[in-house]
Amino acid sequence: MTKSELIDRLGEKAQHLQGKELELAIKELLEQMAQTLQRGERIEIRGFGSFSLHYRSPRTGRNPKTGETVELTGKHVPHFKAGKELRDRVDL
Amino acid sequence: MALTKAEMAEHLFEKLGLNKRDAKDLVEAFFEEIKACLEVGEQVKLSGFGNFDLRTKNERPGRNPKTGEDIPIKARRVVTFRPGQKLKSRVENVKIGS
Repeated sequence: MTKSELIDRLGEKAQHLQGKELELAIKELLEQMAQTLQRGERIEIRGFGSFSLHYRSPRTGRNPKTGETVELTGKHVPHFKAGKELRDRVDL
Repeated sequence: MALTKAEMAEHLFEKLGLNKRDAKDLVEAFFEEIKACLEVGEQVKLSGFGNFDLRTKNERPGRNPKTGEDIPIKARRVVTFRPGQKLKSRVENVKIGS
């Protein structure tokens, strides 16, 4: 399911919102989530899961094409931990 | 402070002028629709944000860390999140605790 399919499915579920307004609202939610992580804050959705940032230490990497070594700085990466309800529903 | 559903609904009210009831319902439906999709084994791809993928894991040997007893970890299906390139580059230089 892609973002536009998600928007279509939400529209079918007899939401009061339709069309452009619904699309804008979903984009706004995803943007708010991205901005939250960008501020270094967590997202916690009960039953769904939580998003946080994990730190990756600086390391010496290698350009796989040239074999040349490169110093890579430390960085943060997004991390998701599924909540209990999602874990249980997805499990076989 | 972590972002929650209540704040997401509040944001839709403030930014887009949705009434509070619709905003709350939409936030609820948004996460429910993603869960329902994953539940039936379908991947979810939200461009600009990331993908929720499903992985099937085989049974593997495990151990109760408290008792040291050997118990198999049964086969299972789990959700993994793969952040998109855009989200990754937005957060990589975040300074935490600033």
